[in-house]
Amino acid sequence: MNAPIPTPALNTAGPAITVQTVRSPRGVEAWLVEEHSLPLIAVDFAFDGGTTRDPLDAAGSAYLISGLLDEGAGDLDAEAFQGRMADHAISLGFDARRDDFHGHLQTLSTHRDTAFELLALALNKPRFDADAVDRVRAQIIAGLQRQAQNPDVLCRNALFAAAFPGHAYGRPEKGDIDSVSKLDSAALKALTPTLLDRAGLKIVVVGDITADELAGRLDALFGALPKGEARTQPTEALPIQGLGQTHIIDLDVPQTVLRFFGPGLMWHDPDFIAGSVLNHILGGSAFTSRLFMEVREKRGLAYGVSSSLSPLREGAMLVGGTATRNDRAAESMAVIREEMAKLAADGPTEHEVEEAKRYIIGSYPLRFDTSPKIAGELLHLAIRGDTPDYLARRNGLFAAVTLDDVRRVAQRLFGKPDLLVQAVGKPVGLV
Amino acid sequence: MNIHARRQEQAEPVESFRLANGLDVVVVSDRRAPVVTHMVWYRNGSADDPAGKSGIAHFLEHLMFKGTQRWPAGEFSKIVAGYGGQENAFTSFDYTAYFQRVPKEHLRAMMDYEADRMTGLSFDESVVAPERDVVLEERKMRVDSDPAAQLGEEFSSALFVHHPYGTPIIGWEHEIEGLSRDDAFAYYQRFYTPENAILVVAGDTDAAEVRRLAEESYGRIAARGAAPVRKRPAEPDPRASRRVSLNDPRVQQPSLRRGWLTPTYTSGVREEVLALELVGEILGGGTTSRLYRKLCVEQELAAGASAYFMSSMVDRAALQVSASPRPGVTMAALETGLDAALAAFLADGPSELEMARARTRLVAETVFARDSQSSLARIFGSALAVGETVEDVIAWPQRIEAVGRDAVVEAARRYLRPDRGVTGLLLPA
Repeated sequence: MNAPIPTPALNTAGPAITVQTVRSPRGVEAWLVEEHSLPLIAVDFAFDGGTTRDPLDAAGSAYLISGLLDEGAGDLDAEAFQGRMADHAISLGFDARRDDFHGHLQTLSTHRDTAFELLALALNKPRFDADAVDRVRAQIIAGLQRQAQNPDVLCRNALFAAAFPGHAYGRPEKGDIDSVSKLDSAALKALTPTLLDRAGLKIVVVGDITADELAGRLDALFGALPKGEARTQPTEALPIQGLGQTHIIDLDVPQTVLRFFGPGLMWHDPDFIAGSVLNHILGGSAFTSRLFMEVREKRGLAYGVSSSLSPLREGAMLVGGTATRNDRAAESMAVIREEMAKLAADGPTEHEVEEAKRYIIGSYPLRFDTSPKIAGELLHLAIRGDTPDYLARRNGLFAAVTLDDVRRVAQRLFGKPDLLVQAVGKPVGLV
Repeated sequence: MNIHARRQEQAEPVESFRLANGLDVVVVSDRRAPVVTHMVWYRNGSADDPAGKSGIAHFLEHLMFKGTQRWPAGEFSKIVAGYGGQENAFTSFDYTAYFQRVPKEHLRAMMDYEADRMTGLSFDESVVAPERDVVLEERKMRVDSDPAAQLGEEFSSALFVHHPYGTPIIGWEHEIEGLSRDDAFAYYQRFYTPENAILVVAGDTDAAEVRRLAEESYGRIAARGAAPVRKRPAEPDPRASRRVSLNDPRVQQPSLRRGWLTPTYTSGVREEVLALELVGEILGGGTTSRLYRKLCVEQELAAGASAYFMSSMVDRAALQVSASPRPGVTMAALETGLDAALAAFLADGPSELEMARARTRLVAETVFARDSQSSLARIFGSALAVGETVEDVIAWPQRIEAVGRDAVVEAARRYLRPDRGVTGLLLPA
């Protein structure tokens, strides 16, 4: 066997992707990546707002609407609409998340006329027929019941509720059984135009379609939607409530699910890039992070352990978690805290920073090897307000991160050892 | 349908060959992004676990990350991460696979490390106990914390009364606890050989390059002479219907599943298996499927209904349908509705519209899969690992197009017999 290839110099070139900005006669803008080698088209888009636009007494509205847009529109009832989708192998789906209402269309390019027609109907003329509302609501309630005793879901919901009481982020995205049961067709119909407005709309198209062809179709899809009012992007993150506290939900399971929030970084925080390197070292890297090595590899405490930076439009968290034996849950959490404290006190090593940068830069092309991934990455950039030139700049930003930068961010984020911890299970000795 | 024509005209180049030491190689060229997916598949999985050692295939998969005579534990992972790569491994009933996704210039390095790991595994006793604890935590996470997963284990045990497909891939807890370093090495020596492996490379490369690189890495591994033989007890034909139910206080949303044993693509009745693919799609593929329309839309009994045909297996496959009741609907009412919908399907068969829709959707899935090099690598790797061929995979859409309605009716009647199914019920305490 030969020795491995020597470590190459960092290649900071971005992905070889050409993004065109396409504008329709009525001013609808989309980013397009033409790719004609496969007969496929993917369209991804996001409306600004998502579940944060749920009325206070109607949590789960946006999520229910996301399940109803393809359940009949225009002259087509649910059966006719979904029959046309199936007959042409068109995949169309929507999802409501904390900050955005997403849509995804995928079609063979031979069926694009039908696909665009169905998408236009779903966005502009959804029917909300009573039987469809009943059916989808029942599905959501069944799903909520299925997850009612799921430790991961309980943990996540409790953590958001404790961190953001009184804010829309504190409510579960899908609502709860009580709130969803009360949602009715008329109210949903009235709410829809406020969810699907053009103010913060971002559209990305990837695949077998030209810029001219796309420009000619955007108005029929999005041009008639209400203009809406853009939300302003706050510069300060909502403070996370309850830092320093540990909450436990008692559940009779052999394993404790642990999740925590610590202060994070907003997208446009000058430290975000260095913070991403820091997180990679702490718990972002799948098989080499400090948490992986200490919690799983050395001690066998858990199958998975990880951390991530999770910026929301109005908030910013460092999120971490694991699932570990009840009798060693306290030990697992102590190990996690210790690694964060060590990073705050001593910083990472120069080698760790270089390895992290090497991974983050080297792995960038892996995010662009399928049409849905390309569309997803670009949509993500568009939502956070970046422009396509970020693709070419991004690796250079990471290459410029220094050990001092990462140390500084480690002190900033982990210097005060206050986390909001949520446990679900029967943890022994966790306080 | 012109999907078909386009597929012929634009199909990605797939080439396969065998090295002198018996290693099979499949190359799928996709030049859109400068990335490759590198996988090695071994034709052994949990169904080859020795009696009393359930979970050893999966445990060994974990231990394969613990270093070799040449490289210490973690070295390969560090190299992959340093190249910006991603890696992982997975174990199934019939195969175990390891993969890395890396920028294309690092393909050779992946081959060197993976080839080294095929024969050079080396670790001492100290890593075994913590890793066994990791697997036990994995089992707690996936199974013990989830009543539906526990029912799934019991359901499989009822479906396969003799064949090891009835044993969980991860193993039974009490047997995992007893797995040792010696067990792992005995299993490793038996199965990790070039004759038993399949190398799949998909992405920005071609067969000539892969052949050259593979000769220089995997090609240096000595042949063992013959591939290991899978010795598994054969499953008898079922003669009874069976029911398993699991009551748990954590269950707030009950559900119902039913499964039947079927043949596989390698059991000599390919036309029947193709027909069963259509049966599964027609019964439970999406919101226009028969069960969804009947149970969720027309009779308003179910919140969800679906079907799943796990066709790609060595010895026996299984077709499964499942449904969960709407709030207020009893499980008895749901099961009566399911029975009636299945009986009507067996009696009358599908409509031509249902046939056409199912063919279109199944064939389109293969076109969508071509967008992803890692999906293609998995499709070819798993097919070869269970004894199908590259040609089988390429011909699959045409074969699906050719399945007639009569074949669907016959296959459904032969295998979805009410008196031979296993019913699983997930219920509140």
